[in-house]
Amino acid sequence: MSLILLIEQVLNGLQFGVMLFLMAAGLTLIFGVMGLINLAHGSLYMVGAFAAAAVAGWTGSFVLALVGALVAAAAAGALVELLVIRRLYDRDHLDQVLATFALILIFSEGTRYLFGSFPLFLDIPAALSGPVRLPGGIYYPLYRLVIIAAGLLVAAGLFALIAKTRIGVQIRAGEADREMIAALGVDISKLYTVVFALGAALAGLAGALVGAIQSVQVGMGEPVLILAFVVIVIGGIGSIKGALVGALLVGLTDTLGGVLLPPLFGIFMEASAATSVGSALSSMSIYILMAGVLLFKPSGLFGGT
Amino acid sequence: MGRETVLNIVLFAMLPATALIALLLDEPFIITLVTKAAILALAGVGLNIALGLGGLVSLGHAAFFGIGGYAMGILASHAQSYTPLMEVPFLIEGTKSMLIIWGVAITASALAALAIGALSLRTTGVYFIMITLAFGQMLYYFAISWPAYGGEDGLSIYIRNDFPGLNTLDPIQFFAIAFGVLTVVLFMAARIARAPFGLALSAARQNAERVETVGLAPFRLRLVAFVISGAVTGLAGALFADLNRFVSPTMFSWQTSGEIMVFIILGGVGRLFGPVAGAALFILLEHLLGGLSDYWHVYLGLLLLLVVLFARGGMIGTLAGREVAHD
Repeated sequence: MSLILLIEQVLNGLQFGVMLFLMAAGLTLIFGVMGLINLAHGSLYMVGAFAAAAVAGWTGSFVLALVGALVAAAAAGALVELLVIRRLYDRDHLDQVLATFALILIFSEGTRYLFGSFPLFLDIPAALSGPVRLPGGIYYPLYRLVIIAAGLLVAAGLFALIAKTRIGVQIRAGEADREMIAALGVDISKLYTVVFALGAALAGLAGALVGAIQSVQVGMGEPVLILAFVVIVIGGIGSIKGALVGALLVGLTDTLGGVLLPPLFGIFMEASAATSVGSALSSMSIYILMAGVLLFKPSGLFGGT
Repeated sequence: MGRETVLNIVLFAMLPATALIALLLDEPFIITLVTKAAILALAGVGLNIALGLGGLVSLGHAAFFGIGGYAMGILASHAQSYTPLMEVPFLIEGTKSMLIIWGVAITASALAALAIGALSLRTTGVYFIMITLAFGQMLYYFAISWPAYGGEDGLSIYIRNDFPGLNTLDPIQFFAIAFGVLTVVLFMAARIARAPFGLALSAARQNAERVETVGLAPFRLRLVAFVISGAVTGLAGALFADLNRFVSPTMFSWQTSGEIMVFIILGGVGRLFGPVAGAALFILLEHLLGGLSDYWHVYLGLLLLLVVLFARGGMIGTLAGREVAHD
């Protein structure tokens, strides 16, 4: 295997990991602050992608499409929080799973009703399309590099928001002791709506950015949602740092496993068998990684208790 | 006799009654629908042992449903093509015998539940939900990427497997088999709930620390419950595959896990006949609403949302009152 291919795949893995982080950050924030398990997070990702595709179709502007995705996902998130989610905070996890499963059904079929069953396409803006030459003579798509940069920027912004700002202090206080901060005069239900909308906006942004590489279609959110769950389980639920580390681990494992495992098995097996065993194992690799992490740290790498 | 018992008897009698009426009216499709409801109810009864009794919210029971389905698919496809399953170290042939297939499905899914449970039960709460979900997905992707048994396309079986003394291709006779299995398993589940094991399991759900102080190990109770639960769901998977004469990775998908859970919730959590009521209601809705609109999942979603938010005892809880505490 050539070094160039390997570097390309590492970059692909980073790009995938950064996208997973945007999803996982919202999930882990919502769980950390409100104690809610939200299966409908993948639907918000889908809402972001569809909103971006629709806005790009009307205006032709990619920037407006991103803004549209953020606004639509945040609005959908806030609406869902006000109507449904806030009734679930003091329920058990089973009720939360079922209610948000119901929301997935409603979101998916509603989107299918509005946009039809055929996939939509979101074009990469001309300024960001095409490959760039990296040091060492590697050509890599500029847009994917932009995604990596954007994702890392959002991650940095999120860390700053949580560590430095007033709302960040409230979020951290809410994670530690929600009754106490309510008693201190913070409007806790408004805080919850804001946190939920923030998580939704991150998911919508991820959907819009990925929508330009893949097709935009109903049901696109659920595979990503499940990977984001794996990420936050590995990283430790409630920890943003854990989400970042977990996302990059999962992104790299998934991408590199698919490239490295088949040739690895080819060393001691015949080619066709090696391909099937290798590809089967690589599609399971992140779950094996998760099981491995949990064997040693049942509450994840950066989990509290 | 309490209201719930009466309701249970009525519900339970409705399945064979509907099948018999459909037989008289010569509507084989309705019989197949009722059979499907009975098999899905069986899967729900399986999950309910872990979920209702043990409080283990498993979002990965599709794994066992799928393993049961593939046990049937793999054995029957080898019998169909007259190729042995394996030759070294000893010869294993495929089979068309339903009883043997059930045995294999139960054993395989019980072993899988033992492995998955032993790992997942190290965690609790939300971690447990996500880990069971992830194990289900792991098997789903394995089934998709493993080319030997159809990969993404699944496996078709041309004729239904054999059951001694019955013609399984006749819808009403196959219904009788599925309903018979459901009856036996319901009886077994009722016995488990009242046996010392079931009581200890319930106690571990309500207060694990107290159970530990009296000298019982919650982990082992839960693991045994998870294995029984997985085995029953695996048996349902084998029957479901036989009903359709087809298995595909969809049986492993997480939507399947979600739907099995939906049966329990629609019917009523922790109630013996909850999954029966839920699965019957689900099939009825699918048939009625699916005929009215292509987007019937929206209505299903709304109904589910209303049940979770406002009618927490499910159908049985609403009709019979809260006799069983749901916590």
